[in-house]
Amino acid sequence: MIMACESWQKQLDTYLDGELSADDMKAFDAHVRTCSSCAADALARVQMKRSLEVAGKRFAPSADFRRRIQKSIAARPQRSFSLAWTLATVAAVLVAGTLALTHLAARSSRDHVFSEIADLHVATLASSSPVDVVSTDRHTVKPWFQGKIPFAFNLPELQNTEFTLVGGRMTYLDQTPGAQLLYDVRKHHISVFIFQERSVPVNWGANSLAPKNSPFNVETWSQGGLRYFVISDTSPADIDALAQLFERD
Amino acid sequence: MPLFDQLYNFAHWLTQNREEAEDLVQETYAKALRGFSSFQLGTNFRAWMYRILRNTFLTSRTGLKATVTVPLDAEDGGPELAVESETPETVFIDRSDRRALETAMENLPVHFREILLLSEVEEMSYQEISETLSIPIGTVMSRLSRARRHLRILLRQRLQEA
Repeated sequence: MIMACESWQKQLDTYLDGELSADDMKAFDAHVRTCSSCAADALARVQMKRSLEVAGKRFAPSADFRRRIQKSIAARPQRSFSLAWTLATVAAVLVAGTLALTHLAARSSRDHVFSEIADLHVATLASSSPVDVVSTDRHTVKPWFQGKIPFAFNLPELQNTEFTLVGGRMTYLDQTPGAQLLYDVRKHHISVFIFQERSVPVNWGANSLAPKNSPFNVETWSQGGLRYFVISDTSPADIDALAQLFERD
Repeated sequence: MPLFDQLYNFAHWLTQNREEAEDLVQETYAKALRGFSSFQLGTNFRAWMYRILRNTFLTSRTGLKATVTVPLDAEDGGPELAVESETPETVFIDRSDRRALETAMENLPVHFREILLLSEVEEMSYQEISETLSIPIGTVMSRLSRARRHLRILLRQRLQEA
């Protein structure tokens, strides 16, 4: 029994770290339940792990230092910062697409607009205050834009949909003002941008989808002299659903 | 900022000094931003950040001093610990011993301290630790085991002194 326990005990840490294979974990579970010496040892080690987990979280950065770092990072070129950090946080998977997006930016005016829209979207998500008017109520958000932008628009009713309105902010595309609305759907963030059609003089064509390799899905259309963009990393189906709500309105 | 609090805590444990920890974290973010394109798709972002921080620390003055004064890798044939001083495997500790545990951690050689922090505080898997420290998984296991044993010895000494 003692001999047997020695071989168990060699693996005890690996067991408690949850790094044994599934079968070995099961075998170990069974052994610890019947062997008081291994059980006592396991208990002591678990206690040590827990104590260390608590004691190890000992140092917190000062508020001043946090501000300093935030400032020093924000002082860097806006695009690379916002893209890099947001994407890294959200998902590393998006990186390849981002690089592609950056390259595409210079290619054509259409791609340029998409790239700007993507940057605006990402910069918003990276911001500590993503929206200037915080409200889930469209009747609060819509009037907020009055006098701030040179046009008016309608926001759709979201009852019985998966979408929630987060709020809105003013935005600029090539020096012309517009509205940005932020929506959530199942933890994904969606931006809806609205500009005057004449301020984005681009030949969109019939099929104006996002550039290939973009990490985002985009839908755009024109309605009543306004140009709408819906952009997000969520599925094209979600984007289409939200776009439909706007178009119906 | 991703991982800010955790990286700071880790940096403070390594440097044992607030100012140096701040410098270390600041440099880590600067390097990460500059080198973001070298971040490999599909690899672990957290491990990448910790690796930058740790490598920055190891090449700093404090880091060099810390690694010169202790055996770098006992598992690679460095001086062995006085294992015989540890009779039973177990040390029971409770809440009131937190200060003793902190002191024991402070006195632990930096390579042991960091692997324990990654494992117990950051709850990294062996695979993640292996990526962070750029060592094979087998070495992760043996170093972790030595680190724990060393900590138990130091802790028992502290508790006996008390």
